[in-house]
Amino acid sequence: MKHPISALFLGSALALAATTGAFAQDKTIKIGVLTDMSGLYSDLGGAGSTVAAQMAVEDSGLAAKGWKVEVISADHQNKPDVATNIARQWVDVEKVDIFMDVLNSGVALAVNNLVREKNSILIDTGAATSDLTNAQCSPNTIHWVYDTYMLANSTGQALVKAGGDTWFFLTADYAFGAALERDTTAVVVKSGGKVIGSVKHPLNSSDFSSFLLQAQASKAKIIGMANAGGDTTNTIKQASEFGIVAGGQKLAGLLLFITDVHSLGLKVAQGLNFTETFYWDLNDGTRAFSKRFSERAKNKAEPSMVQAGVYSGLIHYFKALEAMGGNPHDGAKVVAKMKEMPTDDPLFGKGSIRVDGRKIHPAYLFEVKKPEESKGPWDYYKLVGTTPGDQAFRPLSESACPLVKK
Amino acid sequence: MQALYAQLLVGLINGSFYALLSLGLAVIFGMLNIINFAHGALYMMGAFCAYFLLNVAGIGYWPALIIAPIAVGIFGMILERTMLQWLSGLDHLYGLLLTFGIALIVQGVFQNYFGSSGLPYAIPDELKGGMNLGFMFLPIYRGWVVVFSLAVCLATWYLIERTRLGAYLRAATENPTLVRAFGINVPRMITLTYGLGVGLAALAGVLSAPINQVRPLMGADLIIVVFAVVVIGGMGSIMGSIITGFALGVIEGLTKYFYPEASNTVVFVLMVLVLLIKPTGLTGRAA
Repeated sequence: MKHPISALFLGSALALAATTGAFAQDKTIKIGVLTDMSGLYSDLGGAGSTVAAQMAVEDSGLAAKGWKVEVISADHQNKPDVATNIARQWVDVEKVDIFMDVLNSGVALAVNNLVREKNSILIDTGAATSDLTNAQCSPNTIHWVYDTYMLANSTGQALVKAGGDTWFFLTADYAFGAALERDTTAVVVKSGGKVIGSVKHPLNSSDFSSFLLQAQASKAKIIGMANAGGDTTNTIKQASEFGIVAGGQKLAGLLLFITDVHSLGLKVAQGLNFTETFYWDLNDGTRAFSKRFSERAKNKAEPSMVQAGVYSGLIHYFKALEAMGGNPHDGAKVVAKMKEMPTDDPLFGKGSIRVDGRKIHPAYLFEVKKPEESKGPWDYYKLVGTTPGDQAFRPLSESACPLVKK
Repeated sequence: MQALYAQLLVGLINGSFYALLSLGLAVIFGMLNIINFAHGALYMMGAFCAYFLLNVAGIGYWPALIIAPIAVGIFGMILERTMLQWLSGLDHLYGLLLTFGIALIVQGVFQNYFGSSGLPYAIPDELKGGMNLGFMFLPIYRGWVVVFSLAVCLATWYLIERTRLGAYLRAATENPTLVRAFGINVPRMITLTYGLGVGLAALAGVLSAPINQVRPLMGADLIIVVFAVVVIGGMGSIMGSIITGFALGVIEGLTKYFYPEASNTVVFVLMVLVLLIKPTGLTGRAA
């Protein structure tokens, strides 16, 4: 090279090209696990969700391929305003790419809006409200594990078929309870049953006797519990005290988690029917994951379906990013790629993500074992029915989601 | 109408927990001038104590009714001796902050080890089942809770208002220097009183263990309501807090029937009304 000046230009041009090239090939990912770390739902999400996220990062093998993946977590305290503040800071300051868990429907709907506005990603594995993929659906959100429509559809239909044609609801007085009651009512009516009453109780009540007496007086065959966590366990425990099940009425746990059954003990929980999409003892894949999970979890707990969803969702997210060759830090673009690709992991099996953001996989109707049927710790469920993925969730034809072209 | 009777009775049952807890708070505030925010955590410790006695040592419900309050009471007395007594001459705010901090730490430690879902505790065999009262099915255990806590409340009232020991105590709060001049060990009495108040909280915890799940946050959910009860009844008034406890349980029960959505706020609405009309509480004397 004769001219040192032009060599300098060429050099800087090359250097510039190299940096922009590296920018397109950005291989950093920041995952934010936003969940209830200290309140009534912290056993089903909480620290266990962070463990699941870390396991997904390790199992993806991304680090060996030159990716830099970081997991951070925070406690949203079940307060939508707290959650929105954390989420805003995570996007603006921490540069978080993806929000995981985000249980509690009220919180999820708030974060859903923010994530859309900031073009980030939300894979919700904990919230129940089916609005996330219906009227409130977003090109940045995937609803991974379950929703109120699916729970109502599976448990509600099964119980009406078994003769439970009159219902009374005990409903937690916030977005989630209202959605669950609404969706279950629709299924009950459609299946030929009747809803004869309901009572709304404040979130996190400790005494349910007043509400249970009203349910008892209604003479409904089924008492549907449209609540979750500690509210459900206290309802079940106190219902047995007031002789509700002995009196011929049946309790329907519309949303129950394995942690609730564990907390109640089989003696009280036996015979309950409810729906989940993941159980640790379903097959070899779930058992292998759960064994590794429980070794790292607090009190050697088996994973809940919320925590399993965090793992499964991240595995699919990583696959999409690998297919794209780098992280574009463009939420809607990555979610679109995730919807294109079929999902497959040992926890939820083969599945897909619909255009409305609904993750599709089978739903399992379980019955809680009798104490003498249980072979060891955490051996709690009997599988009594499976709804295939394409029938488990709200059909797109009934969807109010603007992303669905009709 | 039948439903109404049932709700009244259920309200009375909840009221007995409010009464036991607010009584303990009133005793502590009246005698020590400490706003004991750790009360909910100590109530929770009582329930956990019963759980451990049963599951670790195989000791059942009846002995737990005595052992748990004593054990937690001793814990309380250690707290009083090592921390609270240094705050006696200071503003209420210091005691409130310290006890609130203690509550957060205790709850955090329990939650770290036992999670948030809670642990099961069965109703003792002798009190299982229920009876049909015509208008409702009353679980025997709930009936027992009302009778027992009423007895404990009245005994505590008698001890403080009608016995010589109670007279010493009340005198010691009025004028500690003078009482000390009569040769009475005032600091020891204060420690014992704190232990008594804490023991009452733990007793309520044991009573509630078979009804609710034994959860680290069980006290945190309840304590705010109980504070409202104490404020309505008049800070430091023994009989006032007992009566208000039961009365508010009933009012809350009725709200759960007529307008359930407001059942967790009705107590606070009442508190505001009472404070507007009679700032010292229903039975409180002007300071």
